[in-house]
Amino acid sequence: MRVKVALFATCLTDTFFPETARAVVRLLERLGCSVEFPLDQTCCGQMHFNTGYRELSKPLARKYTDVFGSYDYVVAPSGSCAGMVREVHPTLGESPPRTFELAEFLVDVLGVIDVGAWFPHRVTYHPTCHSLRMLGVGDKPLALLRAVKALDLVELPDSTHCCGFGGTFAVKNAETSTAMLADKMTSVLSTGAEVVSAGDNSCLMHIGGGLSRLRTGVRPVHLAEILASTEEDPWLATR
Amino acid sequence: MARNPVTWLGSPTFPKAAKEALQDTQLRQNLRKATGTIRGRREAAVAEMTDWEQLRVAGEQIKDDVLARLDTLLVQLEESVTARGGVVHWARDAEEANRIVLDLCRAEQADEVVKVKSMATAEIGLNEALEAGGVHAIETDLAELIVQLGDDRPSHILVPAIHRNRSEIREIFQRRMGVEVSDEPADLAEAARVYLREKFLTTRVAISGANFAVADTGSIVVLESEGNGRMCLTLPETLITVMGIEKLVPTWQDLEVFLQLLPRSSTAERMNPYTSVWTGVTPGDGPQRFHLVLIDNGRTATLTDSVGRQALRCIRCSACLNVCPVYERTGGKSYGSVYPGPIGAILTPQLVGDLHDPQAASLPFASSLCGACFEVCPVRIDIPSVLTHLRAEVVEAKGRTAESVAMAAAAWMFREASRYEKAQKAGSLARFLARDGKITSLPWPGSKWTSSRDVPAPPAESFRAWWRKNRG
Amino acid sequence: MASAREEILQRIRDAKVPPARPVVRGYDRTGPGGVELFAERVADYRAIVHTVTSVPDALKALAGKRIVAPQGVPHEWLIDGVTWLREPLSIEELDRADGVLTGCAVAIADTGTIVLDGGEAQGRRALTLLPDYHLCVVRVDQIAASVPEALQRLEPTRPLTFISGPSATSDIELNRVEGVHGPRTLEVLIV
Repeated sequence: MRVKVALFATCLTDTFFPETARAVVRLLERLGCSVEFPLDQTCCGQMHFNTGYRELSKPLARKYTDVFGSYDYVVAPSGSCAGMVREVHPTLGESPPRTFELAEFLVDVLGVIDVGAWFPHRVTYHPTCHSLRMLGVGDKPLALLRAVKALDLVELPDSTHCCGFGGTFAVKNAETSTAMLADKMTSVLSTGAEVVSAGDNSCLMHIGGGLSRLRTGVRPVHLAEILASTEEDPWLATR
Repeated sequence: MARNPVTWLGSPTFPKAAKEALQDTQLRQNLRKATGTIRGRREAAVAEMTDWEQLRVAGEQIKDDVLARLDTLLVQLEESVTARGGVVHWARDAEEANRIVLDLCRAEQADEVVKVKSMATAEIGLNEALEAGGVHAIETDLAELIVQLGDDRPSHILVPAIHRNRSEIREIFQRRMGVEVSDEPADLAEAARVYLREKFLTTRVAISGANFAVADTGSIVVLESEGNGRMCLTLPETLITVMGIEKLVPTWQDLEVFLQLLPRSSTAERMNPYTSVWTGVTPGDGPQRFHLVLIDNGRTATLTDSVGRQALRCIRCSACLNVCPVYERTGGKSYGSVYPGPIGAILTPQLVGDLHDPQAASLPFASSLCGACFEVCPVRIDIPSVLTHLRAEVVEAKGRTAESVAMAAAAWMFREASRYEKAQKAGSLARFLARDGKITSLPWPGSKWTSSRDVPAPPAESFRAWWRKNRG
Repeated sequence: MASAREEILQRIRDAKVPPARPVVRGYDRTGPGGVELFAERVADYRAIVHTVTSVPDALKALAGKRIVAPQGVPHEWLIDGVTWLREPLSIEELDRADGVLTGCAVAIADTGTIVLDGGEAQGRRALTLLPDYHLCVVRVDQIAASVPEALQRLEPTRPLTFISGPSATSDIELNRVEGVHGPRTLEVLIV
């Protein structure tokens, strides 16, 4: 039986990184899921909640429940948005549908490690704080990457240290955020990787924005895009 | 009411202080080295324990029980201490506590007192108050001594001089002690030993804090490493202990949890070198006059907040500081308080109790919400949740601001997919600002981002536009 | 005006903190224990550890020294050739002593800790603090496996000192160095 999945693209990915969401669709369909994208979805309210606008985040949490409530599984290509839904929405009076970050959905629900991907590049992986500590995703993304054909995975030093994004923290405490970013970039560059990957486009936008400013040539690529890439339909550097 | 000295008068807001501190490359190096060392050692000390999570849960529950029964437990503590010959004093705030201690020193005709490291006395600014009253307080903990001799401020809960490296400490010691000393840690420790020995042997009044007070026995517990604590708790004739009202445990048995949690979380040891326990006065052994000063200073106000009160579970181990990526880069002084780091970001503003104070109000935002602090906290204080809770209170206190207007507009836009889509389409015009697929400069407040990071140009087509076209 | 005591207690009551859940003590209250574990963990603190069958024989190394011996030290420990300093002793006399010899109340295998309670062969707290060298005799039956076991054996209202290795500090660059105000050498004899 085909597993029916609703994709929660997240507002950031929908707006700025459509290729990540398209990759999730390709990947899940390749693995036998039927994917739906409810067009009424917008944002989980994380930015509002984390910045202190709890009341403003409530209608957004309500909207999320309304839009996705009828689905058995919701998958988001973001650890922090999935964490917001799972850990915070209940404190806002919601009973959200079962929402998964992509890697945990693949490993825990679909039970796959080898998704049949091919990605002939040297990659290092930043595990992102909310995937790691809010959701407890652990080594699942690394297990998925290890099973990707032709991929050369290099360990990121101090991988569990925060990259310094932190939502509005990145602008409210821009200097501190940048200092954290500088150390993360040093770690990334020390690996000699061509690609830095993560399960969250928000952190990748921050790390990638810094790497781009320094013209390092290291590309940020979301985990979904790597896992969606095959020999027949390879990932292309569209940006 | 007098201002709560838990924050230092005139401290800039966190972002401003941090910006300044980040320029100090020596500080960054010192902190990176020290926190890196202790992080690894703490992890090893904890990994050795198979029941660490169960201990954390028990620690959390015992402290929650203390907060739930605080009034009866305090009265019980008072009774047990009094029954064993101690005298208990109560202080509503810093000013009252300082006056009590000063009066006690004057009654002993002491113009000099030795002190064991204590967060409570640092919080209330006791040294300054005693000095103003003609009593000189000598800090005897090595790191506190370094801070005191350097006319400096503390930057860490456990190691107030963590921002100093060995050569800086050497310079301070040479200048203030008038001795020649190398920068070897062992030699620096020896210099402190010699410098303080005479003081220990001759000073008649000592002041300490307390790590724990056991309500049912009246026992006070102090954990330390150097032996300066034992000196102060044993040799003087009079001992004055100042402690926050939340430092209780209900029973002697409860200590079995905290004596395991605290050393491993704090100095990453199985057990700290010395732990002293005393109950009132023991004839023929140690100080024969014992005063216990219980301070509120914002704690009861904190207790009224159902989310924020968990900060009162804190046992001052400083594990959260050592793992905090923000603390590691800005150092402790940027927080403008004796309580820096993640715990400071939630405890300080609550003790201050005034979110209209811009400095205190900036502290809950001094975090990327990475959650490393919660992961290591031995009493499971959910610091990220308290941070977002306090942020909401700050936002409420500030009322209408440019930010709140923008946030309300964004929330309005997100409430309807049609409005969100229109905004997406309008925003995608920004791609005409881009060169080579990236935007390198935006007007304020976007400039806060683009000062160090590029922004990807919005794509010509959002995902939903693609979906509608291809799948809709 | 209400007293500070009344006011603070009233503020606490006004906070109306709901009752807490019962405490679940799911942690281990015992441990593997044993003499070997104790010896190993004491040595980890860079204390000197010996396992001996006869205390008097082991004390011969103290010959020629001025050593404090608290009340209750067994008579056979007071071997010839050592100048034994007995109470009453002034602070100055303690400060000038070469060392102190004591027993203990309890020891903890899991953490390598010895606990003094001022009882037999331990004396008041200053005795084990001022001399720069502390020699402590631990009987095997005094070694508790874990911190919980040790606390159960102790009388909390006695003045207690838990000692885990020699005086040390982590205050310089967060790295441990031995030797500040307390005894800089700790030697443990396990009998």
